[in-house]
Amino acid sequence: MKSSALIFLTTTILFFTLGCGGDASAPAANGNEPKPKSMLAGEPDPMQDKGIGPITSLELGATVDEAMAEKGKNIYAKMCTACHKPTEKFIGPAPKGVLERRSPEWVMNMILNPEVMIKENAIAKKLLMEFNGSPMANQNLTQEEARAVLEYFRTL
Amino acid sequence: MKNSSKFLLFFLAASLVLSFLGLTSCGQQNQGSGGALSSDAASQVYVPPGQYDKYYSFLSGGFSGQLSVYGLPSGRLFRVIPVFSVDPEKAYGFNEETKPMLETSHGFLPWDDAHHPELSQTNGETDGRWIFINANNTPRVARIDLSVFETAEIIEIPNSAGNHSSPFTTQNTDYVVAGTRFSVPIPQKDVAIASYAKNFKGALTFIKVDKETGKMSIAFQVLMPGFDYDLAHAGKGNSDGWMFFSSYNSEQQNSLLEVNASQNDKDFIAAINWKKAEEYLSKGKAKDFPANYTHNYYDEGKQMASSETLKSVKVLDPADCPGMVYFLPTPKSPHGVDVDPTGEYIIGAGKLSTDITAHSFTKMLKAIEDKAFDGDRFGIPVLKYDAVLAGVVKDGGLGPLHSEFDDKGFGYTSFFISSEVVKWKVGTWEVVDRIPVYYSIGHLSVIGGDTRKPDGKYLLALNKITKDRYLPTGPELCQAAQLIDISGDKMKLLLDFPTIGEPHYAQGIAADKLVPRQKQFYKLSENKHPNAALTEKDTKVVREGNIVHVYMTTIRSHFSPDNIEGIRVGDKVYFHVTNLEQDFDVPHGFAILGMQNSELLIMPGQTETLLWEPKSEGVIPFYCTDFCSALHQEMQGYVRVSAANSNTPLKWWLGQEPNI
Repeated sequence: MKSSALIFLTTTILFFTLGCGGDASAPAANGNEPKPKSMLAGEPDPMQDKGIGPITSLELGATVDEAMAEKGKNIYAKMCTACHKPTEKFIGPAPKGVLERRSPEWVMNMILNPEVMIKENAIAKKLLMEFNGSPMANQNLTQEEARAVLEYFRTL
Repeated sequence: MKNSSKFLLFFLAASLVLSFLGLTSCGQQNQGSGGALSSDAASQVYVPPGQYDKYYSFLSGGFSGQLSVYGLPSGRLFRVIPVFSVDPEKAYGFNEETKPMLETSHGFLPWDDAHHPELSQTNGETDGRWIFINANNTPRVARIDLSVFETAEIIEIPNSAGNHSSPFTTQNTDYVVAGTRFSVPIPQKDVAIASYAKNFKGALTFIKVDKETGKMSIAFQVLMPGFDYDLAHAGKGNSDGWMFFSSYNSEQQNSLLEVNASQNDKDFIAAINWKKAEEYLSKGKAKDFPANYTHNYYDEGKQMASSETLKSVKVLDPADCPGMVYFLPTPKSPHGVDVDPTGEYIIGAGKLSTDITAHSFTKMLKAIEDKAFDGDRFGIPVLKYDAVLAGVVKDGGLGPLHSEFDDKGFGYTSFFISSEVVKWKVGTWEVVDRIPVYYSIGHLSVIGGDTRKPDGKYLLALNKITKDRYLPTGPELCQAAQLIDISGDKMKLLLDFPTIGEPHYAQGIAADKLVPRQKQFYKLSENKHPNAALTEKDTKVVREGNIVHVYMTTIRSHFSPDNIEGIRVGDKVYFHVTNLEQDFDVPHGFAILGMQNSELLIMPGQTETLLWEPKSEGVIPFYCTDFCSALHQEMQGYVRVSAANSNTPLKWWLGQEPNI
């Protein structure tokens, strides 16, 4: 367990980190985040949230592109596993089933533009709090690499 | 005071008296200067928060052995690049990767005295690829890679004994040079000091620089008479192909030089035709001299330096190579030798004089053709003074040292004794302006001021003494730089700021030449470090006898592994730590209690290695030293150290202890 001083420190940092930017569209603080359909009244549908970043529109293929997913698995192993285990919570959340609770654009933008996402996207902000203020690292993947990782997530 | 030349000491007292009495050579009052600072000076050097300076300036760290990087016009310090001295902040000289950089023929040397930064050039303009700097004490030249601002290479200079006239470059960075300040027996031997005139020689070294990689190698040395070789500059334009070295102590004295080396009315600037030297080299005129020197190179792929020892050097003797070297007589122990942007004028600043001497390159060629010689010294023709002289800047001030140039046909010379910068017209040699500096200026630096394309906006005065200029800090005071606007008819003092060490010389470059070259992080996919763990899956601990290798990774905000057991007292534990981050400005640090070297500070994608030798049993913490995230304080771990003969099994983990 953390000491109260550390909670204070973390909270303070988060306060300053997140204290800018409008928050009008943020979901209620007690939103049951991982369940996709259980929105409180007035809370936006997370599946409609495309996040903030270079990806504004992305159509997933009807079936998984196995070659691309294999490539994504390798990239994930090299660049992501220090913080994400495929099927269980670690430093950050598990990617298993992420496309049932997030839009593909949101996932891509979280990989490609995490600094802005954790400051300005309501879901990402809440996740940062939930994961003890541990920031999503920008591993500077190309869009193509991020896309392959996303395809790999479909296989989990 | 650790000045490069003894004469500086000699004149110190006189200088201070003059300064404090306000008796600078033209009667300008020192106390007027602060108030005379025009009110808009502040706005001219103000760079608002978050905005960039227009220029980088690289200031030698002098006796700190390092190279500092400032922004101009703000005078903000960005970075200190470790070069010739260890730096525990950056683990330079402490981690296994950089220890070989400081190897020499005398063993590992933790310190030196760095004097003259010199930017690489293409077609006589700075190109922003590399910057070179000399070690004055144990002769070496370093090359710093300006895409990463790290020391990439250091080469030792054999047969040299005080690498002062160094590392000045030719206009296409074909060579950087290293002329010895102290003459010595070559090769070194045990002889009476009084046999100086008979046994002592001065080696002028030409270091070849590879056009693509920048890699240095000693091409040849020119074996010169036993004088003191002080500074150098290359010809440019028409005079490209020549290198000019100033010298003093043509009296060949070995004691009380401040008196005995000031006897001759004129000493020499040595003009070396290096293209001719190349011809003699290819004709086999060089002799192989035995030597012993190191060449240290940091391989960016392997992220590891290595040191090799070389045992021979090619030496050209002017006696065997007619037409390769001439002497230009120059009054009063010349210090700086500087070439104007056109390459026509070679400016010698006789430091015991009030005048500055300008030689003409065209006249020099004519004098050589006409054999207008005034005899020779040691077989080297001495050109007739009047046959090469272009003009004299009369009564500039007291103690001229160095000259640089602007883009409008003016020269600027520093005057140490009278503490001022004097502006004069190239060609007419008339003094047109002067400005006091505080105090005792050595070098000065115009952006591009020793190239074919000077930028005429700023001049930096590099001052040895600050005395009353800043809040006092006990007996040891800072040295300082002063920024002067030279864009108008009158020079204007804008700013002064303290420097690290003694800022002998500096070179500046437009920021837009360097910013696009900057590497933001090292790609993990290009990390060829032999001991890197490129994913957490690759982390492990391996015992080989009493040597233990820990292959560890870092990412915000944990080490993997962060718990290690089975280390024993007497082990040599090597932590090979790879930073898995792939983003700009996310270094991680590593330190473990009781370590006897320094922290590691590991850039994203980089691997560094720390040796730790635990001395007693216990459970020892380690942690990240660089605040990396909100959970930085959680970035910690433990090593269990057992007795030397214990059977504690070797185990490591992150999060959950494995079952063994």
